[in-house]
Amino acid sequence: MTLELKNVVKRVGAETHIHETSLRLAETGFNVLLGATGAGKTTLIKLMAGLEQPTSGQILFNGEDVTGMSPQRRNVSLVHQFFINYPNMTVFENIASPLRVARVSAAEIRRRVGETADLLKLTPMLGRRPSELSGGQQQRTALARAIVKDSGLVLLDEPLANLDYKLREELRDQLPQLFADRGAVVVYATSEPSEALLLGGHTATMSKGRITQFGETPVAYRQPRNLETAEVFSDPPINAAPVAKRDGRIHLDEGVDWSATGAIAGAPDGDYTVGVRPHFVTPHGGEGAVRLKGRVLVTELSGSESVAHFDMGGRTWVAQSHGVHPYQVGAGHDFFIDTSGCLYFGADGALVAA
Amino acid sequence: MKTENQKAWFLVLPVIALVAFNALVPLMTVVNYSVQETFGNNIFLWSGVRWFEEILASERFHAALTRQLIFTATILAIEIPLGVAIALAMPRKGPWVPVCLVLMALPLLIPWNVVGSMWNIFALPDIGLLGKGINALGIDYNYTQQPVAAWFTVILMDVWHWTSLVVLLAYAGLISIPDAYYQAARIDGARPWAVFRHIQLPKMKKVLTIAVLLRFMDSFMIYTEPSVLTGGGPGNSTTFLSIDLVKIALGQFDLGPAAAMSLIYFLITLLVSWVFYTLMTKDEAE
Repeated sequence: MTLELKNVVKRVGAETHIHETSLRLAETGFNVLLGATGAGKTTLIKLMAGLEQPTSGQILFNGEDVTGMSPQRRNVSLVHQFFINYPNMTVFENIASPLRVARVSAAEIRRRVGETADLLKLTPMLGRRPSELSGGQQQRTALARAIVKDSGLVLLDEPLANLDYKLREELRDQLPQLFADRGAVVVYATSEPSEALLLGGHTATMSKGRITQFGETPVAYRQPRNLETAEVFSDPPINAAPVAKRDGRIHLDEGVDWSATGAIAGAPDGDYTVGVRPHFVTPHGGEGAVRLKGRVLVTELSGSESVAHFDMGGRTWVAQSHGVHPYQVGAGHDFFIDTSGCLYFGADGALVAA
Repeated sequence: MKTENQKAWFLVLPVIALVAFNALVPLMTVVNYSVQETFGNNIFLWSGVRWFEEILASERFHAALTRQLIFTATILAIEIPLGVAIALAMPRKGPWVPVCLVLMALPLLIPWNVVGSMWNIFALPDIGLLGKGINALGIDYNYTQQPVAAWFTVILMDVWHWTSLVVLLAYAGLISIPDAYYQAARIDGARPWAVFRHIQLPKMKKVLTIAVLLRFMDSFMIYTEPSVLTGGGPGNSTTFLSIDLVKIALGQFDLGPAAAMSLIYFLITLLVSWVFYTLMTKDEAE
């Protein structure tokens, strides 16, 4: 199964919600749409579902043009961020609802609903109404409705965003297994970079109505094609600062420079933007690390990690390190860049060296 | 260290005083009247439950209660479905929303006795637009003389005046349904009737419960509009409970029976409201 968007554009009035986009999704693993709120993930999902029609361009499913076809004829299922189930139906009837519309026989419905409920551990809840379920159970019911339908395209629009932390982890672990070997193209929208990495598969990073990169998730993370992708695919946010390359050295600031080694060594002299993920900026210097004299602005401690936002030369940087580091807000502190983790982008934002 | 005193009671005194003046004292006055016989000069004689027995056995009360029940059932049967239908037909976004809302709210802003007077004139067979119009269609219509015409007019007036309330409540329920539900229905291929039955109606249930209760209580206690429109006539044909009550209390100055009737009236309203509420919220309690 494949889903292909060909030169799809979505305009509403004078606003362009989706700039010209071409994308080919396959059924191998999850296809993650990663982007901040407002990047266009939900619009793209609605276009894929057929809930909205593209202003121009084509949508092909298995090579067949489905542009303009109604959602019900496209054989898609959609799970929302909100727990959407029919409020007056029992869990059984909710899961059975897509099959009832498709006029599947009663015995077949019982069998398939039973199987799916088993898979999602909903069997004891089959007789209850959605309002009598916890949030996690409600969302599992919604997922069961998507699974039971056996559709060729499964769209998951931030399905875990409204669940509490523990449930989110539990369900996130199960999701890839639930949809494995179902022969469906699975699209998963999220705003969390860590979620994309955990789910694996392919990731399309989105920003301002454009797909900035699409490829295998680890590749998109390690070798972002441009600064925008790196920005979308980094949490805490990636540090970006202008640098100049001169005489084989990279100059960040007065007295802050390092020798251009690796791929950047071959690039011509000139102005670049350096991108440094926060975990390459730490309070402990290693060998060859570049010292930054900063002033701590904000700290976030998570127990296993310490994140510090600090000011250096009027620019805010973010440093991330293991363990609990005792920062003093407002005090000066030395930070060190591990330059092996630097990404260099040209004036147009394209990656020059990783 | 813990100091104990009773000063905190002073803080609840204002509330006790307020409740006493606006609820307890008037209610107890009515109870007082209902068990005594009253003459002028503040002479009271104990009469026990005599007035209650008299009212409950009186055919006049039965007739008024029957008229009241038929009236309330009729307007509920019209106003609730009609209100839901209008709410469904109203736009959910766009420039027409405020226009529709204001149009809907207009009847609710008119004082009740003005509504009665308006319809009184509007429905007059000789000069009223409605009355003359109906007669022009060849139908003999005169609400001051025909009970059927009087009922028709009273019900039409109530529907005109109060359907808006149901519309506004149902509309509030409708617009609170997230778009995601409609999208899910479209993906399932649910038909409009299924969307109404399985999404809109269940999601409107809470506001509709409130709408039914409000319309029940208001219509069950209706006084001003029919009193101005028909004065309870022709004959007793539109004499609902509260109109009858006022006739007994002020027209005949039978304070004892009127008080007993008030209490019975109050208990019936309370009982039916409770039954409605229990039935309509049964599912959630299960």
